[in-house]
Amino acid sequence: MSRTDTGASERVADHPPSGPGRPRRGLTERLLAVRELSLLIALAALILVTTMRNDRFLSAQSIKDLLLGCAILVILAVGQTLVIVTRNVDLSIGSILGLVAFATGELFLAAPGTPWPVALLVGVALGGLCGVVNGGLIAVAKVPALVITLGTLYAFRGIDYYWAAGRQINAADMPRSFLRLGNQTVLGVPVLFLVALVVVAAAGFYLRSYRSGRELYAIGSEPAAARLSGIPVGRRVFAVFAANGALAGLAGVLYAARFGTLDAAAGAGLELQVVAAAVVGGVAIFGGSGSVYGAALGAVLLTTIGSSLAVLRIDPFWQQAVVGALILAAIGLDRLLALRTAARLRGGSAHGA
Amino acid sequence: MSPDTDGTQTSPLLVLDDITKSFGAVAALRGVHLALHRGAAHALVGENGAGKSTLVKVLAGAHAPDSGRMTLDGQPLVLRGPADARAAGIAVIYQEPTLFPDLSVAENIFMGRQPLRGARRIDSRAMNRATERLFARLGVRIDPTRPARGLSIADQQLVEIAKALSFDARVLVMDEPTAALSGVEVERLFGVARSLCERGAAVLFISHRFDEVFDLCQRITVMRDGAWVSSDPAADLTVDEVVRRMVGRDVSSLYPKQDTTLRDTLLDVRGLSRAGVFSDVSFTVHGGEIVALAGLVGAGRSEVARAIFGVDRYDAGQVRVAGRVLRPGNPRKAIAAGMALVPEDRRQQGLVMELSVERNATLARRRALSRLGLLLGGAERAEARCWTRRLQVKTSRLAAPVATLSGGNQQKVVLAKWLATEPRILIIDEPTRGIDVGTKAEVHRLLSELAGAGLAILMISSELPEVLGMADRVLVMHEGRVVRELPRAEADETSVMFAATGQGAAA
Repeated sequence: MSRTDTGASERVADHPPSGPGRPRRGLTERLLAVRELSLLIALAALILVTTMRNDRFLSAQSIKDLLLGCAILVILAVGQTLVIVTRNVDLSIGSILGLVAFATGELFLAAPGTPWPVALLVGVALGGLCGVVNGGLIAVAKVPALVITLGTLYAFRGIDYYWAAGRQINAADMPRSFLRLGNQTVLGVPVLFLVALVVVAAAGFYLRSYRSGRELYAIGSEPAAARLSGIPVGRRVFAVFAANGALAGLAGVLYAARFGTLDAAAGAGLELQVVAAAVVGGVAIFGGSGSVYGAALGAVLLTTIGSSLAVLRIDPFWQQAVVGALILAAIGLDRLLALRTAARLRGGSAHGA
Repeated sequence: MSPDTDGTQTSPLLVLDDITKSFGAVAALRGVHLALHRGAAHALVGENGAGKSTLVKVLAGAHAPDSGRMTLDGQPLVLRGPADARAAGIAVIYQEPTLFPDLSVAENIFMGRQPLRGARRIDSRAMNRATERLFARLGVRIDPTRPARGLSIADQQLVEIAKALSFDARVLVMDEPTAALSGVEVERLFGVARSLCERGAAVLFISHRFDEVFDLCQRITVMRDGAWVSSDPAADLTVDEVVRRMVGRDVSSLYPKQDTTLRDTLLDVRGLSRAGVFSDVSFTVHGGEIVALAGLVGAGRSEVARAIFGVDRYDAGQVRVAGRVLRPGNPRKAIAAGMALVPEDRRQQGLVMELSVERNATLARRRALSRLGLLLGGAERAEARCWTRRLQVKTSRLAAPVATLSGGNQQKVVLAKWLATEPRILIIDEPTRGIDVGTKAEVHRLLSELAGAGLAILMISSELPEVLGMADRVLVMHEGRVVRELPRAEADETSVMFAATGQGAAA
């Protein structure tokens, strides 16, 4: 393959397992190489600066709002990471979320007595079905996922508009128990955020500890080699799109529970925020490296920037600019680390001969 | 002549019978027979394009044969994919390393077969330990936890070998594994292959290096143009006989360097140093002269070439082209000064595999061929046609992607690309790596002609016969230094190998 690896980070995908006899590196370099740590530092600095200007930013209510605000983006970022790691991208998730959210409202309108766990399962299944459509089209058409999901982005949204036909579903149409799911807290932590944490932990554990999880990295790192080593590339990519659809479906149900008011435009444009969160979180857009933890932290950071700029009374225009600068900075950091690591590895590879 | 009717009493482990495989109208394999015996190494030789790599892909389960039968241990063998081949105990080391750059070395070796602990989780500690044991058997030191990205080609090949070892394979297939390895590493590889044989495995070895073929293998199968030619015990064959069967004609002189009169000094390298890579490298190359840079893999030869050409920077020293100092770290200036570099790694550094032959051939000439910044197709085609004809590139059409050509023809396209810039100095790294005998001789004749036309040629080569046959002078590098300079008359296998291994000859 003759791709240039601009921005592809040099570190081992996910966390390199530690072992004896690894070459020494500088402490700062090692700390910087753990992307999650630099994200945490950036997040802490942001919160610190904002709190110095307005100490209510760190109040229990404000933290709760923040956690609530980022939960859905975190779930979507985890799903997108699974996809990007295999050198693909899914642009249709905003539309899947909107479709599932509206379907959830319709379900409660049609059958008001539906218990919320059933609604949740129906939503996840519908999202998964959309993902299966994506995965199936990619497998059959052998066209890049970017193009296929750009198509389904409009297709799913179109179905949504056709179905809604200009109607809006309101909180009053949905059962109280379901809406409580969107705002309830356990020990001050929103349930939504706990769900997101479970998703992050499960996906992180899977990617790190299971053969099929590692194979996703292998596929993104070098698809031809993956095929030669007997990895069922087509099946894995299909499964990843199905899983991402299911997660977008989960996010759609949670969206309905949180906002209560639903129309056909719910979640429009969310897909680019999600890709931004993943890239800021260190997921290489060319696949093969990055972790769900990084992507989740990227989502938290982007959400926090949004609300902290509001607290600091900064023009919303700047929020866009800051997000843009952050993406460029993340890519710059990757490149810098890649060059330094390359220099170090070159020095250390003169063995035996 | 039946494929295997010698005195071998045991029934063969793996048998390929009358295998055919076509890609479109091109028949890549036409009725190929092969029988691999337990405990024996079997060589498969043939020119590039003879179908060896296709046969390897069939054995690896990557290509399904159109017809023919395979049996393993007497049982019919049907491979529906690479996973089936693995399950049957067939391990393949490919010509081009197939690693995952982002993953650790240990994961590369155990992908899909990672050792597990409770709940089917990967046991990465056990995996790293197992990797260390494999490397210990190979006698190399590579950190199992480092990413595969940044490994030298030789190290990548060693990881591939470790991967094949980890299978505990019953059949080990090696497709030109030694192309990137130095002598010591080749010996270790052969040690491993022999110990596998002693345990009852069968080895299929593909190589263009006949000394290695005769060193390792008991039987030799020759292929030509996708067809099976012969299978005989190695003891009954000579190199000349094998070459004759491969090309179907006599190859009289493999290395036809003609004597030429030396002209002015064109390339003058003085005290070139780069910390940790090479130091105090000084030499000159005259017009009409071929100077070989010999040495083991890792001695810093390619790095020196890259520094001269300006791809890499250097800490100290100077490069002069025809007396004028060349600005360091600027390949564009080097090209403008009349220098050309044909790199070692064709696929990654020399060619854009997806682009057409004509695009590749004129890539370095874009500026000269363009009018008002636009590339004109006609000029491109005319130029490409001129050079591909001069170098006798075998391609169905100039618009075909370079990836579809054989290795030897790819190398010719790289050469065409640089010769089109009309250089005065040609630096060529491993000019005939992975190229079949017939094309090899063509490349050698071409280099000789170019020198005759007054070019200064700096040739890096790991193949001693090539160095000894082609070079007017031999510079031997060892651990980043030029340790010996030998004129043609004094250069022989012993003197060069002594210097290259850093033994005694540093006088």
